Amino acid sequence: MRQSQDSTIDTVAKLGAVSVAMFAFVFVVMVPLYNVLCDALGINGKTSSEAYISVSAEVDESRSIKVQFIATNNDGMPWAFSPQVTEMLVHPGAANDTVFFAANPTVNAMVAQAIPSVSPSRAAEYFHKTECFCFEQQPLDGNGEAEMPLQFIVDQDLPADIKTITLSYTLFDVTSLMSDKVASR
Amino acid sequence: MLNARALAATAPLPLAANAQNQVNMSTGVSEAGAVITDLGVEIYDLHMLIFWICVVIGIGVFGVMLYSIYAHRKSKGVEPSQFHEHTGVEIAWTIVPFFILIGMAVPATSTLLEVYDNDDAEMSILVTGYQWKWKYEYLDADGENVAFFSNLATSQEQIYNTDTKGENYLLEVDEPLVIPVDTKVRFLITANDVIHSWWVPEIAVKRDAIPGFINEAWTRVLAEGVYRGQCTELCGAYHGFMPVEVHVVGQDEFDDWMAAKKGAAAADAALAATELSVDELMARGEDVYNASCLACHGANGEGGLGNAIAGSAIAMGGLDSHLNVIVNGVAGTAMQAFGAQLSDVDVAAVTTYQRNAFGNNTGDVVQASDVVSYKEG
Amino acid sequence: MGDHHHGPAEGLSRWLYTTNHKDIGTMYLWFSFAMFLLGGAFAMVIRAELFQPGMQLVEPGFFNQMTTLHGLVMVFGAIMPSFVGLANWLIPMMIGAPDMALPRMNNWSFWILPPAFLMLASTLLMEGGAPAFGWTFYAPLSTTYAPPSVTFFIFAIHILGVSSIMGSINIIATVMNMRAPGMTYMKMPLFVWTWLITAFLLVAVMPVLAGAVTMMLMDIHFGTSFFSAAGGGDPVLFQHIFWFFGHPEVYIIILPAFGVISQIIPAFSRKPLFGYASMVYATAAIAFLSFIVWAHHMYTVGMPVAGELFFMYATMLIAVPTGVKVFNWVTTMWRGAMTFETPMLFSIGFLVLFTIGGFTGLMLSIAPADFQYHDTYFVVAHFHYVMVAGAVFSMTAAIYFWLPKWTGRMYNETMGKVHFWVSFIGFNITFFPQHFVGLAGMPRRIPDYALQFADFNMMSSIGAFIYGASQLLFLYNVIAAIVAGEKVSDEKVWDGAEGLEWTLPSPPPYHTFETPPKIEEQPAH
Repeated sequence: MRQSQDSTIDTVAKLGAVSVAMFAFVFVVMVPLYNVLCDALGINGKTSSEAYISVSAEVDESRSIKVQFIATNNDGMPWAFSPQVTEMLVHPGAANDTVFFAANPTVNAMVAQAIPSVSPSRAAEYFHKTECFCFEQQPLDGNGEAEMPLQFIVDQDLPADIKTITLSYTLFDVTSLMSDKVASR
Repeated sequence: MLNARALAATAPLPLAANAQNQVNMSTGVSEAGAVITDLGVEIYDLHMLIFWICVVIGIGVFGVMLYSIYAHRKSKGVEPSQFHEHTGVEIAWTIVPFFILIGMAVPATSTLLEVYDNDDAEMSILVTGYQWKWKYEYLDADGENVAFFSNLATSQEQIYNTDTKGENYLLEVDEPLVIPVDTKVRFLITANDVIHSWWVPEIAVKRDAIPGFINEAWTRVLAEGVYRGQCTELCGAYHGFMPVEVHVVGQDEFDDWMAAKKGAAAADAALAATELSVDELMARGEDVYNASCLACHGANGEGGLGNAIAGSAIAMGGLDSHLNVIVNGVAGTAMQAFGAQLSDVDVAAVTTYQRNAFGNNTGDVVQASDVVSYKEG
Repeated sequence: MGDHHHGPAEGLSRWLYTTNHKDIGTMYLWFSFAMFLLGGAFAMVIRAELFQPGMQLVEPGFFNQMTTLHGLVMVFGAIMPSFVGLANWLIPMMIGAPDMALPRMNNWSFWILPPAFLMLASTLLMEGGAPAFGWTFYAPLSTTYAPPSVTFFIFAIHILGVSSIMGSINIIATVMNMRAPGMTYMKMPLFVWTWLITAFLLVAVMPVLAGAVTMMLMDIHFGTSFFSAAGGGDPVLFQHIFWFFGHPEVYIIILPAFGVISQIIPAFSRKPLFGYASMVYATAAIAFLSFIVWAHHMYTVGMPVAGELFFMYATMLIAVPTGVKVFNWVTTMWRGAMTFETPMLFSIGFLVLFTIGGFTGLMLSIAPADFQYHDTYFVVAHFHYVMVAGAVFSMTAAIYFWLPKWTGRMYNETMGKVHFWVSFIGFNITFFPQHFVGLAGMPRRIPDYALQFADFNMMSSIGAFIYGASQLLFLYNVIAAIVAGEKVSDEKVWDGAEGLEWTLPSPPPYHTFETPPKIEEQPAH
C-alpha cells in the first residue's frame, strides 16, 4: 500500500505538471509559433511590420505583376480612406511608390491603425515594404487630412505562377486604446 | 442518391433551381442541362465518388452484421465460437482501407489545387461581410469602383407570418451581385466586424470573411442565371438573414448594368446638390429605412434589437445628435456608422423619414446639403 | 488508510462529503442525466422554432442563445460527466482496487460542476442574454461583440476544465498504481484502456481550452489583441487554438463509448472480444492522430493549400484505426450465440449508426467537397450521428447493462426494448433528413430557412419530439428499476458478462476489493 501511495503522488505530480505545461504551451508556444510560421512561410497574408532594407538588386523587366490596392474601414471607423491608384503594374525588383488618402470627418482628434493583408497569402513574403503608413499609428485632428505613403518592392523570387497581388489595408479606430482606457465593448 | 440531372429527366416538371426537398448537393449543372461551373461539377463528382465507396463498404459491413444477427443467435441453439484473433485478417483490414484512402486522396488533391487557382482573373470584386448584409465593390483599374450594399429583401411581414412567403423567401436581396458569364472572376473576401462566410452552392464557392484579412476565391460561371446562397458562419442575431444573390448575365448586359451603376452613382452625387421635396424625401427615406433600419428598429419604429425610434428623444430632438447616431453609429453597440454605407441623399432621406414617421411629426426636412455640412463640422 | 467498517453516512451530508467512488459515480450519472434533459429542452426550443419557416416562437438572438447553450450543456454537462460517472463506478471494480487513487479530489471534481452549470444557465437571465456565439465561440463574435455574460461563460469553462483535469489525473493514477496484482495492462478490460487513453488526452488538451478562454478574457477586459487584427492579432489564431483542443475533445467523448461497446458486445455474443491487442493499439492510434487533424474544422478559413492537404491526409488516416475497431466488433458478433437484451440493442444501434456517422466524417474530410458541406446541416447531421447515436447510445447501453449490478435490481426488459426502438426511430427521423437539407444548401445556426427546406425540417422536428419524449421513458425505466425492479439473483446478471465487477454481489458493498482479488492466469480476452 505504501508503495502505491508514493507512486500515486508521483503520478499526480507529473500529470499536474503536464496540465500546467499545456496551459503555458498555449501562450508561450502556440501564439509565437503561429506568428513565426506566418512570418517565415508568409502564409497568413501578413506582411512584415518593419521597414524592409532593400538590397539593391536587378529589376526583372521580363515580368509584369499587377498589384491591386484595397482600402477598407473596419466597423465604426468613419474616415474617408482610399488609394491613389487602384492598381499598378510593377516589375519584380523595382522600387515603387504610391499614396493612400485619409480624412477624418469628425470634429475630434482620432488615431487609426492600418492593418495590411496580402492575397494570395503566399505572396506576402515576397512583398517588401520599404516605407508604409501601416508601420505606425496614424493620428489625425478633427477634420484633418493626410496623404500616407507606401513604398514597396516585389521580390524577384516571387513564384512564377503569381501574376496578381492584392494588398488590402483595413483601417481600425484605435483612439480609445491610445487614451489609456481599456478597450471594451 | 438522386441527382438533379436524373430527376430532371424523369420528373413531369423541370426542377427549379431551389428545388423542393432536394436530397443532394448541387450537381454543378443547371436544370436545362448546362454546366454552371466546371469546378462545381468536379466537386459534385468527387462527393459522389466518396459517397458510393462508403455505400459499398457499408453494404459489406452491415451485410455481415445483419447476417450474423440472423444466423448466430442463441435462440437458434448455436454454440458460440471462442476465436478471438487472426493476425492475417487484421493486417488485411488495415492495409486495404489504407489503399482505398489513397484512391480517394488523389482526385481530392487535384480538385483542391483547382480551388486554389485564383490567378489570371479578368475582374476582381471585393466582398465584405457586415452584420447583417454584404457589400460588393468592383475593383476598377481606373479607380471608379462601383460599390453597393446587398440587403435582404424579404419583408418582415413574411418573416413574422402576417404575409405569405414568396418563392425566394430569405434568399432575395435588393441589390444583387451581377457578373458576366464565362469570365474568370476573383473574389476578395473580408469582413467589417465579425467573421462571416460567403457561399453560393450552385457555383461551389465558399470562403470565410475575416475582419482585417483578405481571402480570395474564384469562379467562372458558364451558364447565365440567378444563383442564391447564404452567410455560412454564425455572425450574430441576423446570421440567417443575409443572403447572397448572384446574377450571371451576358457581357453586353453586364456592361449596360455597370454603366447604369456608374451613372446612378454620379446621379446620386448630382442629386446631393439639389433640394428634394418632402414627399420625395419621405418616399426614399422609407425605402432606406426598410432596407437598413427596420430589422432592428421595427416596422413601426417600435424598436427590437435596436432602440425605439417612435417618440425617441434622439429622433425628435436636435438634428446634430440625430445625424451623429446615423452617420457615426454608436460605439459599443450594434448601431453601425451608416455614414459610410449610405449616400448623403439617403442619409438625408432616412433622417427626414424618422423625424416625421411613426407619429414623430417634427416637420423637419433634412437635405443632403445638411448632411454634408454636418459631416464637415 | 485506516479501516472502514461502517456503511455510508446518513442524509445530505453523505452526498456532500462522500469520497466513495460508487457514491460519486452515482452523483455524476444523475447530474449528467439532469443536464441531458436541460440540453434537450434547449433542443426542443430549437426544433420547435425550426418546425416551419418563419419566426414563430422566439427572436433570432434568443435562438442563438439556445443553440449555444444546447451545445455547451450537452458536451460539457451531459456527455463528459456521464462517462466520468461510469469511470468512477467501474474502474476500481474492474481492476480490483478499493477506490480511486485520490478520493477527496474525486469529491471536488464532482461538486464544482453543479455551481458551474448553475452559473452558465443563469446567464439566460443576465443583461444582454446568455452567450449566443455557438459552443465553438469564435472570436471576435465572442470577444469584441459578446454580451456581458461572456465573462461568466469563461469562468464556467475554467471550472469545468479543472473538474475534468482533476478527474483525469485521478483515473490515470488509479489505473497506473492500483491494479490488483496480476492485472497487467494487457489484461485490463478495454473500458479501462479507453478511459486511460482518454484521461491522457484530457490532461493534454483541457488546459489548451483554458488558455483559449483566458486569452479571450484578456482581449475583452485587459486590452490585449490576441484575436483582433487591430492590435496585430488574428481571429483565425482563436480557431487554431480552439480546435487543437476541440478535435481531441471529440475523441475524448467517443473513446470511453468505444470501451463500453467493447464490454457489451462480447457479453451478449458470449464470445471474447476479437483482437483485444489491436483494439488497444487502434485506440492509441486514434488518440495520437487526434492531435494533428484539427484544421479540418477550418477548411474554408483561407489556409494555404499545403496546410489543407496535410490536414486532409491526416484526417483521412483516422478512418483506418476506426475501421479496425468496427470490423473487430462485427467479428466479435460473428459466430457468437447472441441474445438481444436492451444493452445489446443499443450497442448494435451504436455500431450501425456510428458507422454511418463515420462515413459522413470521411466525406467531410475531403477538403474540396467540404467547401460545400462546411457550416451546413450536413455537418450537424454528422456530429449528431457520432455523438448521439454514438456516445449517447453507448451510455444508455451502459446504464442498462450495469444498473442491475449497481442496484441489485433488474429493469423491465420490455420497457427497455420500447425505449430502444422509440429512440432509434426518433433519432433517425430527426437527423437523417438533416443530411439532405445540408447538401441542398441549408446553413447551420439559422433560426429561419428558405421554403425548399421546409418539409425535411418539419420531419426533423417531429423526430426530435419523439426522441426527446423517449428519454422520459428512459428516466421512468431507471427509476422503476431502482424502486421496484425484480431483485437480481445471479451475481453474473448476464450470461456472457466477464470481468471482476461481475464477481461482486449485486448491489456491491459500499467498500469492495479492500483486499485485492486473485487474478486468474487465463484472461477473459
